Amino acid sequence: MRYIEPHAHMISRVTDDYAAMVTAGCRAVCEPAFWAGFDRSSAQGFYDYFCQLTDYEPRRAAQFGLPHYSWLCLNPKEAENLSLANDVLAMIPAFLDRPNVLGIGEIGLNKNSRNEVAVFEKQVDLAVRYDQMILVHTPHLEDKWKGTRLIVDVLKNNRGIDPARVIIDHVEEHTVDVVLDAGFWAGITLYPQSKCTPARAIDMVEVYGAQRIWLNCACDWGQSDPLAVPKTALEMKRRGHSEEAVDRLVYENPIQFLSQNPKFQLDEIGWEDKCRAAQK
Amino acid sequence: MDRLHLTDLYFAEARSKLIDLAAFLDRIERSDGTDDFRIKSLRAALNELGKPGPEKAKKILLVLSDPTEKPVPEAGTKSASGAWSGF
Repeated sequence: MRYIEPHAHMISRVTDDYAAMVTAGCRAVCEPAFWAGFDRSSAQGFYDYFCQLTDYEPRRAAQFGLPHYSWLCLNPKEAENLSLANDVLAMIPAFLDRPNVLGIGEIGLNKNSRNEVAVFEKQVDLAVRYDQMILVHTPHLEDKWKGTRLIVDVLKNNRGIDPARVIIDHVEEHTVDVVLDAGFWAGITLYPQSKCTPARAIDMVEVYGAQRIWLNCACDWGQSDPLAVPKTALEMKRRGHSEEAVDRLVYENPIQFLSQNPKFQLDEIGWEDKCRAAQK
Repeated sequence: MDRLHLTDLYFAEARSKLIDLAAFLDRIERSDGTDDFRIKSLRAALNELGKPGPEKAKKILLVLSDPTEKPVPEAGTKSASGAWSGF
């Protein structure tokens, strides 16, 4: 089988995970900027992080022939500090031309606070101003329903937004229709406890169809599984879905969305060259 | 996939989760103290589980969700508890 991992925080994973993902059929991995598990003390910490996402991490992935792409932003968990947020947002445009940067993400909300909404609006404006695609994080657990509706309202109120170039991630049964009905792409995140199981993800695909939906593992330093997407593909086959239906969901769909940025290419010859460069 | 095949595929797993949930509530009820908003929400969600009709997962997620619409003044914390504290 083959698949794209469109959302994984690889900086928090061991190198063995790259080997396992490639062995399972992963053809490209995308890494949105996120919270480090602690608040950074200054904007300079974000500068170093953005360098890691656009320089070091692609070279680590290239050792396994795996194309690595990234999304840049200030995550919503650090958006309460407006001064820090302004400093970080001012830094982002300088990174947007780097070859593996696909857009602005994962922006969004965490606790649905006023400052989070204000910073989300600023990052949406930034994306529109620089003609960038957007990857949106929706809040966890009890905050998800409210946050998803606030996010959709902000996006719909910005006239520069093309919903086809925005993916709203971490949908569940109570938010997937909110996202799809507004014309956005929807991401289903496969987590052991706090988001969605493989069986529930397949339920949603069966109910709502596979159009404008991708699956991702969003693996990070918490309890998460970098092989959640191929395991869900296996579960789809157990449920009687065809090879073609599985391929469409875990490979063709993410390519359809991500290829809207011409930088996203599965150019294996190019990546072999980068592998060799990385090994020097 | 028909109902029999789905039952074959998932019944053992669903049975296990149901007994785990029952044992959790037994454990809670053997302990000292009173139900907080999380346990109250869980009991309300279980009522939804017993009702006939579609979209049980969606209805339970909504019982466990913050129903308000306006942004809160401050984030306060970064983590989520799994149920709305105002329940």
